[in-house]
Formats: sequence, C-alpha cells, structure tokens
Amino acid sequence: MIEFEGVDKVFLDGSGREIPAVRQLDLRVTDGEVHCLLGTSGCGKTTCLRLVNRLEVPTAGRVLVGGEDVAQCDVYRLRRRIGYVIQSGGLFPHLSVARNVGLLCDLEGWSPERRQARVAELLELVNLPAGEFGARYPGELSGGQAQRVGVARALALDPEYVLMDEPFGALDPVTRGQIHGEFEELRRAVRKTVLLVTHDLAEAVRLGDRISIMDRGQVIQTGTPAELVASPANEFVAEFFATLSGGAK
Amino acid sequence: MRPLLRWLTAVGGLLAWTAPVALAQADRVVVGAKNFTESSVLAELMAQVLEAHTDLAVERRLSLGGTMICQEAVRTGEIDLYAEYTGTGWAAVLGNQERVTDPLRTFLHVQSSYRDRFDLVWLAPFGLDNTYALAMTEARAAELGVRRISDLLVHQAKLRAGFSIEFGNRADGYPGLAAAYGLELANVSTLEHGLAYDAIKNGQIDLIDAYSTDGKLARYGLRVLVDDRRFFPPYHAAPVVHGATLRKHPEIRGALERLAFRIDDAEAQRLNYEVEANGRNPKDVAREFLVRAGLLAAADEEPTVVGRAGFFGLVAERWRHLLGLAAWHVFLTALAVLMAAAVAIPLGIAITNRPRLRQLALGAAGVLQTIPSLALLAFLIPVLGLGAGTAVAALFLYAVLPILRNTYTGIAGVDPDLVDAARGMGLRPGQVLLRVQLPLAMRTIMAGLRTATVISIGVATLAAFIGAGGLGEPITEGLYLAYPELVLTGAVPAAILAVLADVGLGRLERRLEPWA
Repeated sequence: MIEFEGVDKVFLDGSGREIPAVRQLDLRVTDGEVHCLLGTSGCGKTTCLRLVNRLEVPTAGRVLVGGEDVAQCDVYRLRRRIGYVIQSGGLFPHLSVARNVGLLCDLEGWSPERRQARVAELLELVNLPAGEFGARYPGELSGGQAQRVGVARALALDPEYVLMDEPFGALDPVTRGQIHGEFEELRRAVRKTVLLVTHDLAEAVRLGDRISIMDRGQVIQTGTPAELVASPANEFVAEFFATLSGGAK
Repeated sequence: MRPLLRWLTAVGGLLAWTAPVALAQADRVVVGAKNFTESSVLAELMAQVLEAHTDLAVERRLSLGGTMICQEAVRTGEIDLYAEYTGTGWAAVLGNQERVTDPLRTFLHVQSSYRDRFDLVWLAPFGLDNTYALAMTEARAAELGVRRISDLLVHQAKLRAGFSIEFGNRADGYPGLAAAYGLELANVSTLEHGLAYDAIKNGQIDLIDAYSTDGKLARYGLRVLVDDRRFFPPYHAAPVVHGATLRKHPEIRGALERLAFRIDDAEAQRLNYEVEANGRNPKDVAREFLVRAGLLAAADEEPTVVGRAGFFGLVAERWRHLLGLAAWHVFLTALAVLMAAAVAIPLGIAITNRPRLRQLALGAAGVLQTIPSLALLAFLIPVLGLGAGTAVAALFLYAVLPILRNTYTGIAGVDPDLVDAARGMGLRPGQVLLRVQLPLAMRTIMAGLRTATVISIGVATLAAFIGAGGLGEPITEGLYLAYPELVLTGAVPAAILAVLADVGLGRLERRLEPWA
C-alpha cells in the first residue's frame, strides 16, 4: 500500500518564488493494483511519483509505503524495494543490457551465477532472449526493446512496488499498443503494486485498475475507468473523457 | 612530498640510464650560466680559473634558462655563482625604472643593493660591456669617416638603417637614441635581426643595431660606433656570488679577480665568434684564452676540435643517449600528469556540486596556466631547488587545469535523467559516481589527460633549463653551442613523443566508449 496523507510540495524557482506542485494530496494505492495518475503536463503527477521513492521530500504531510513513513526509512533500502521505470527506459548507455538489468543484483552482492540466472529470467519475461540481447548495448536497441529492458531492470530485486513515469510515452502508437499487451501479460505473471504516471487517457484506461485524475497539484477524482466515465466529478474530468471517443479502446 | 619526489626521481634516473653522478658534498662550488653563448663562455672562464687557483671542486650548471632562473638559483644557493650584467641587475632584477648611463654608478648601485637585499656579492667586472650598439661595415664607416654616433648626423639624409623591431621601438632603443643625439635618419626600416647582418654585408643597408660583444660583428667585419653621448645603459658583466659561499671560501674572490678587466668587448666578440661561427666548445675556447692570458698553464691534452655532424650523423652517434633522454622525458611527464590526475580528478568531482568552490578552483588553475613557464620554474627554485623536483612540480601545475576542467565538464555533461534513474533505483551517491557518472565522463576526462600530456611533453623540454634533463638537454646544449642540428636531436624526438601521446591516448579514449 502506498499512501499520501495531506501532502504539499512547494518548489522554489531561481528567484526564490514559491511554485506549488502538489497541494493537500490524499491518495491510496492499494496492494496489487495498477493505479494510474492521469493529467496534463505540469499537473504535479511526476512529483507525486518522486515523493514515493524520496527523490522529492514533501513540504508538508507524509507518504507511507507499506505503512512506513518514507521519511523514516533508510532511503537506499526503500528505493531498492521500489522498482523505478522512466521514459525511454533510462538505460545506462555504457552498460550492456545484461549489466543494466543485473546492476542492482550486483550492488546487492549476488554471485555472478545467481545474477545471470535472474537476468535471463527477467529478459525472458519481457520477451527479449538473454542469448540474443544480453550482450547488446542500449544504443543498439529499438525504443520498444529499450523500454522492455527498463521494465526488466525495475523488477530485478523483485520489488513489491513499481513506479512508472510515462514509461511508454516515447513509443510510436503501434509499438505502444503491442507493449501494452505485453504489460497486461506481465501483470498476470508478476503481481505488483504499480503507480503509473501518464498523460495518455487511452493508456490509463487500458492499463489502470483505478485512475486518479490530477489537475493543478490536486487529485480531482479517483475511481475505476468505468466509474469515471459514468459519473465524472466535474467538468474537467468529463472533458478529459470526452476525448476518449475513437481512442484506443 | 619532497622525499617521495626525490625517491621517484632516483628510480626514474636509473630507469633512464642517466643516474646522476654523485658529487662530493664538501668544498664544491656550482657555476651557473644563462642559455646563451657569452654567459657560457664566462662561466667556463670562471670555472677553470677556480679549478686552477683554488682547491675547490667545480660543478657546472650551464644553460639555466634566463635571468630569473639564475637569480633565484644563486640567491638560494642552488648555484654559487654566475656572470650577470649590471644593466640587467639594475632593471630586471632590482626593478629600477629610471635609466642609467654611468657605468660606475650602476655597478656600485647593483653591488650594494644585491648585498643588502639578497646577500649576493658582485665581484670586479670582466671588462666587457654587452650593451646595444650601432654598427657599420668597416669599409663604409671609413669611406664616410664615421667613428662615433654623433658622426652620423652629417650623413643622416642618405644613410639607410635596418633595425630590429625591438630596438626600433624600445625607449632605450632608437627612439631614445634619436632624441638624445638629435638624430633624424631619413631611411629606417625594421627587419629580423638575423637577416640584418647579411643585408649590411650585401650593401643593402648601411647601419644596424647589435649587441656590442656579438661574435657576428667580427665575422662580418663591422665597426661598432662609439656611444659618445653615453646613451646606451651599461651592461658590464661581472661574477655574482652567493654571500655564504664567499664567506666560507674567501679564496674565490682572489681567483676570480684574476679575470677582472681582462676581457674587453673585442675579446668577448672573438670568444663568442669561436663558439658561434667556428662551432668550438666554450670549454676549449675559454681554456685557450686563459692560457694565452697567462692565467692557466698550457694543457697537455689536445683541445677537442671536432667537425660538426649533421642531424642524422648526430642521431646515429648518440641514439642510445637520446633514447635515455627520451625515457627520462617520458618519466618526468608521466609522473607529473599522473600526480595532476590524482589531484585534479577528485577535485573536479568535488566541484561538480559546489559552484563557489568550482569558481575558485577553476580560477586558480587558470591563473597557474597563464604564468610563463620560465617564471614558474623561477618561483619554484627556492622551494624545490634545481632539478627534477622543480620540473615535475611545474609540469604538475600546468597539467592540473585541463584535467580539472574536463573532469568537471564530463561529469556535469552526464544526462541528468540517467543520474536520476540511478538515484531512483537506490544507488548510493558513491555508486552513482562510480557506476554511472565517471564511466560516462571518462572519455572527456581522458581528453583532458591527453591535452595535459601533450602540453607537458612540450613544457618538459624546458626542464633542461634547470638541470632536470630530458630531451631539452640537447636543445639547450645546441643553443649554447649555436648548433641547430643538435637542437633538432632534442626537438624532433620531443615532437614525435607529443604526436605519439596524442594518437595513442586518442585511441585509448575511443576504446573507453565501446558502446558508442
């Protein structure tokens, strides 16, 4: 379970002016669900995500992961319990695919055999056979392949939670559709609590068990896709869903 | 640091097959010289007189760069004596702005100021006055009846003068001279000093500027005009001796005074000419003079008169020695660059997130870079003495900036999203640095190392100016003997080393990014 309790996050710009990014946020991501944070760019959704693994620290309120206040946790242990996927995969260009996926295993002191077995297993899971792809560098991968490797890397230590920041945003529509399908398969194989940030409504509707609509730092409404379509809380939500007609689903 | 350097120096010395000769510590004087012919000849004269008339062992440290290096070396006792010029002491060392013309007043002033400020003693001058002069061919001067500079006034409308750019513009050059004499030469051109001698010999010009003891004056049959209004400042040469040495060995004074006023301008011209034009060794030229002057018993050993080999002849004859010098050169450079890397890479990492420290560090390294190499060497002599320690320290200081700047640029240039991904995955700051930032910055850092290495290989040729060896040795030796082919035997291998380092490190640089 990931919980936000009355969280404020205020940034200071270059001249010391306060820029509120997240305001009075209350949100609960229940165990095992895929929870999508949906909103236009600049609405604070990425900041929410980064508050979970403490890349950002709340100005007020608290964030709990598995019932523990993240401010009280050992930050490195916390982050290794939480898989992190960013746009385009965020792969390290100087490490091979196998090295990227196995990096955390390596840092955790796993034996090379155990690491290699884990890497092979994960690459298999994302449909990239280790024999063919393990030795390649990220520069030699297509966008979709790099994204899959990014997901595999996030799962390396079998984390309970996965944070995904616009993970499929840079892919072309065809690849995205395909990878969405794979994501759903993957979910059936490994049950994780996922917080996924996207600005793509179709993606949120397809992948999300529940969706939270964000605007100007606040959650406007949370619910299953069906609930949101059926009873939008306000005009903003209704307008958002109006664009869905003729969408991916 | 210092014992370590000494130790490394010793190891490197063996490595380069040039293990320094162990010299007896007691009763030894070190004679220095600047890196031009006359200074070397005067040093040889002093060294041989000391050998003949005292019981002291004499060590020669010739070709010590310029005035600043000799001054620092003699002040700190790294050398015990060398020949200096009164005008140089007056202006360059003591920093007097006012122009002087009276030779005796100048000498007494530098003598007392050196004693009070540096505990250095000026002994009696040799006699020669190596100042600016105007010269004409004997034939032309006789034809026009010109003996003194004032005599030019009558002929100023028709004389064609060719002055060096420096002389043509300096206040103590032609502009001042013209004012002092009321001289208005109608036809003045500026040309490279080396070409002026041929031009006047071929009758294209009538009048040139020169140094009054220049060996070429004799070679080209030129007459030096008398400075009858005493315009040119006096540059009388005299021994300058470290005060403590003279108190310990007062016999030095008596021995060197045998040379007092024994070498006039014409004699100095002859001695310089022997070295520069006839390719003789200053040691032999000095000995012959001393024998002729009755200051030295005739030697039984034959003076070593050898023909001058060409570039390839020299290389064939000395390749083993050159190889040793090159190895030593590489050692000095590598040691300095590695030390610089050991300091600059961590510092470059440290300043990435500290803007104020960054400004300070990059600023300081930038300032170091602008200090001229000879000046830097001069500053370091009081701290580290003459030799490899100072050379390595100077190379180190020059190598810091390129490495520091590239380390910072390389790390700051890593895609912030990747750093973010690494942090988000749970890497500790040290792991982010070692696993992500440094590998991605490595190529840029290597490029900094490459720049530093190439610069150091070049600057290391100056190490010979302070007696630290390396490929600068044949260069300074060649300058001292006026032997261009010998200069090339140092310069060409140094250039080859620089190119090899550039290409080799460039390859390594590319190999550091197999993913690219």
